[in-house]
Amino acid sequence: MINLFYISTEIFLSLSILILLLIGVFKNKSELFIYNFTCIILLVGLAININSNPQFPIDLFNNSYKIDYFTTLIKSVILISAFLVMLCSLNYVKQNDILKVEYPILILSSILGMLVMVSSNDLIVFYVGLELQSLALYVLAAFKRDNILSSESGLKYFILSALSSGLLLYGCSLIYGFSSSTNFDLIYQNSESIEYGIIFGIVFILVGLAFKITAVPFHMWAPDVYDGSPTSVTVIFAILPKIAALTVFINFLYGPFLEMFDQWQAVIIFLSIGSMVFGAVAAIGQKKLKRLIAYSSISHMGFALAGLSVGTNEGIQNSIIYLMIYLIMNIAFFCCLFMLKRENQYFDKVEDLSGLSKNHPLLSLSLMIILFSLAGIPPLAGFFAKFYIFTAVIEQSMYFLAIVGLLSTVIAAFYYIRLIKVMYFDEQKEKYDLNHSIGLKMILVISSTIILIYFINPNIINNFVLDITLI
Amino acid sequence: MNFPIVSSLILLPSIGALFLFFINSKNITSIKYVSLFVSIINLLISIYLWLIFDQSSYEFQFVESRVWIKDFINYKVGVDGISILFIILTTFITPLCILSVNSSIKNRLKEFLIAILLMETLMIGVFCSLDLVIFYLFFEGGLIPMFLIIGIWGGERRVYSAFKFFLFTLLGSVLMLIAVISIYWIAGTTDVEELYKLGIDPKYQNLLWLAFFSSFAVKTPMWPVHTWLPDAHVEAPTAGSVLLAAILLKMAGYGFIRFSIGLFPVASEYFVPFIFVISLIAIIYTSLVALMQDDMKKLIAYSSVAHMGFVTLGLFTFTQQGVEGGIFQMISHGIVSAALFFSVGVIYDRTHSRRINDYGGLVNVMPKYSILLMVFTLGSLGLPGTTGFIGEFLILMGTFKKSFLVAAIASLGVILGAAYMLWLYKRVVFGELTNQKLLKIIDLNKVELSILTLLALSIIFFGFYPDPFSNTYSVSVENFINEYNDKLNNYNLQNQ
Repeated sequence: MINLFYISTEIFLSLSILILLLIGVFKNKSELFIYNFTCIILLVGLAININSNPQFPIDLFNNSYKIDYFTTLIKSVILISAFLVMLCSLNYVKQNDILKVEYPILILSSILGMLVMVSSNDLIVFYVGLELQSLALYVLAAFKRDNILSSESGLKYFILSALSSGLLLYGCSLIYGFSSSTNFDLIYQNSESIEYGIIFGIVFILVGLAFKITAVPFHMWAPDVYDGSPTSVTVIFAILPKIAALTVFINFLYGPFLEMFDQWQAVIIFLSIGSMVFGAVAAIGQKKLKRLIAYSSISHMGFALAGLSVGTNEGIQNSIIYLMIYLIMNIAFFCCLFMLKRENQYFDKVEDLSGLSKNHPLLSLSLMIILFSLAGIPPLAGFFAKFYIFTAVIEQSMYFLAIVGLLSTVIAAFYYIRLIKVMYFDEQKEKYDLNHSIGLKMILVISSTIILIYFINPNIINNFVLDITLI
Repeated sequence: MNFPIVSSLILLPSIGALFLFFINSKNITSIKYVSLFVSIINLLISIYLWLIFDQSSYEFQFVESRVWIKDFINYKVGVDGISILFIILTTFITPLCILSVNSSIKNRLKEFLIAILLMETLMIGVFCSLDLVIFYLFFEGGLIPMFLIIGIWGGERRVYSAFKFFLFTLLGSVLMLIAVISIYWIAGTTDVEELYKLGIDPKYQNLLWLAFFSSFAVKTPMWPVHTWLPDAHVEAPTAGSVLLAAILLKMAGYGFIRFSIGLFPVASEYFVPFIFVISLIAIIYTSLVALMQDDMKKLIAYSSVAHMGFVTLGLFTFTQQGVEGGIFQMISHGIVSAALFFSVGVIYDRTHSRRINDYGGLVNVMPKYSILLMVFTLGSLGLPGTTGFIGEFLILMGTFKKSFLVAAIASLGVILGAAYMLWLYKRVVFGELTNQKLLKIIDLNKVELSILTLLALSIIFFGFYPDPFSNTYSVSVENFINEYNDKLNNYNLQNQ
């Protein structure tokens, strides 16, 4: 008898999607209702998810689906951030004419896909989750269909993502061929002797996953897609798929392929260094905030990967802390973007920040805290994120990675403080609107406060990951 | 458990800053009074701390330690005879900076004072942290408020200077971060007291020393990475320049004593020739550069580089006189350079020019100012009877013990120092009043007069009677030298 209690979150989300679809079909003008209801569903899903946290790891469906503390934690993080994203982008969605019935339902289905991805213990289950997530995101990227940039970004994302999925599937088939199973545990058992076929398979899978988290050199789509999509979708791109994909990275590398650590470590280090350096250098010339944050997130993913390349539990834990702090900073950053509007017109150029501090002192103060934190200046949360990563990296005497990473933070600091310069040192422009929703303001204030005072008691966030031991 | 007096010293300015944050920015008087009040309370606490400080012990006192990041880092602060003087210097200079904003800061006063108070927290934190990570946090955290102080309230080229300051310092200190983490894995702790006891394996010391050096050299600043300092000084508002010259530069000097020499004695001994060479270059070269300047602030900035060259020279002699001289020179330079920047600020507020050629004959219109500036000039060039003399004299004494040649060349720097300072004074104060604008210039007002008089009095008082300072640090320095020699001897014995 399969104990369905442990996957009640997934079941609940699937049922909600179906019910919401029915409501959308039969009830006129139900967009706003469905949007709000989706927020509630996410919260309820979160409660169910926390409630179904098992005492010890559980395997379901013939060991193809696993639930443990780690997956429950990541799922909770995904659900919370999805809720926050929905809450802070409500006004944007309304004012940009993309509040349709499908919009929240697509978000929900992509989240369902992510939850499946996170828990998957089998290549096929994993692929199903990945595609559910990606298909919903393709549509979301092109959601502002009258806008040429949005359509372009949807198409671009679709084609490139299909390519990467193809590579990933090819990798899966190689692994299946050489280890005669798609189950992670069986692959682990069958692949003790190192065969080239499996290594090829790993590399192809890593390429596919690196595409999803925009690691260099598979990042090319990110700036265009980030820039072209509606901002409310960009914020999803910047946060949710990365959490899910990075978790899958962990599940893969420290699950079936743990024995081949020596083989994949170099690949991860390469991806990590490439992302850190390229993200830092390429962002310097950007004039649009969304492109800039795209490059910044490339560089941040490099740091998260650096934690994974270490091969210790500390490395994994620190990567997850990094991811949590990264998502707080990103949500806060996008809240600021949502506030840059004047009469339903949203602004996203660097020059639009000019002199912001004179007209909007609180907004620019928060943005300054966020930017310094993204740059990794102590004593803000972003510094600690990097500090933990490098603690793990240096423990294994990987000095080259540490030095390259830290030097790239100096380069990256340049463009972050350039934004601060624009806000604080330049001449002021017209005022922006002040009538933001209370949810947006709350999220901004709370997240920037967390970033600011994280150093007082870092254990509050760190304690979440202490129990994660995969090795 | 005793009252956490050191932590309250660190926290109080931040609490004041938080309080300021909630005051309406139009209410200028109360903003000024609140910040002044907070900083003066902090000064009183630090003086009280100095009074109850046990001068006969070299141990760290008032140590507070509590768990901060579980199983990793403890929050640990405390003071010894060396650090307490820097804390006093910080708490003494900050109220003066706050007093000086009256005339120099026109817009966003509230934010400025918040930045100054946050700076005070971070600077005090640097001087009393007893854990490498905590030290790094305070050391680096100072970048944010200082970047804003230079960038928002600075002069014309403020953006360039602020960026240069930020990126130079950040680049220097990321390597220190790597070293700090490496120490954690090599020695198993980042607690400074424990590290003193354990010692660090000599085979790692050279690299770690270089990593720390890269950070401190930028901050000191030492030749050839000093180029950010003149720019930052010139563009920063008066209070910013004062903080920068008086205290920020001392953080690096303090770092050399506490960490570079204290933790890595073998490497420090190894790198002595290197330090001597670049210190001498700093002394001679930047003195010559200072002679050529036509901008007053730039001249004083270059003189700071030269004076800090003396400090590093003294510290790396590892003699009682040299190290004591280095510490005294830092304190003295803290007071003197603050006074000089305040003085430049006074006339800059009136004429909005820093060019030396725009002045001349000030003695005719500003007699009080001219007298006080004379005291500061003499203090800077190290006339006997001022604090500057004691520091330079002790340093040269210490250096003569080590190497005659180095000391002889360094003495040339003293002469050059006298040359550029006196020439500056002559061009600004003496001569005919040629610039018509200067005819209407007003002499010091009450606030300026009290700031500058206080500084002048302390320069002369401690110049004649340095005992309050030297008694405080002498035991600590003695122990510092002894431990240094012990560790070095141990190492040499092992290698034989």
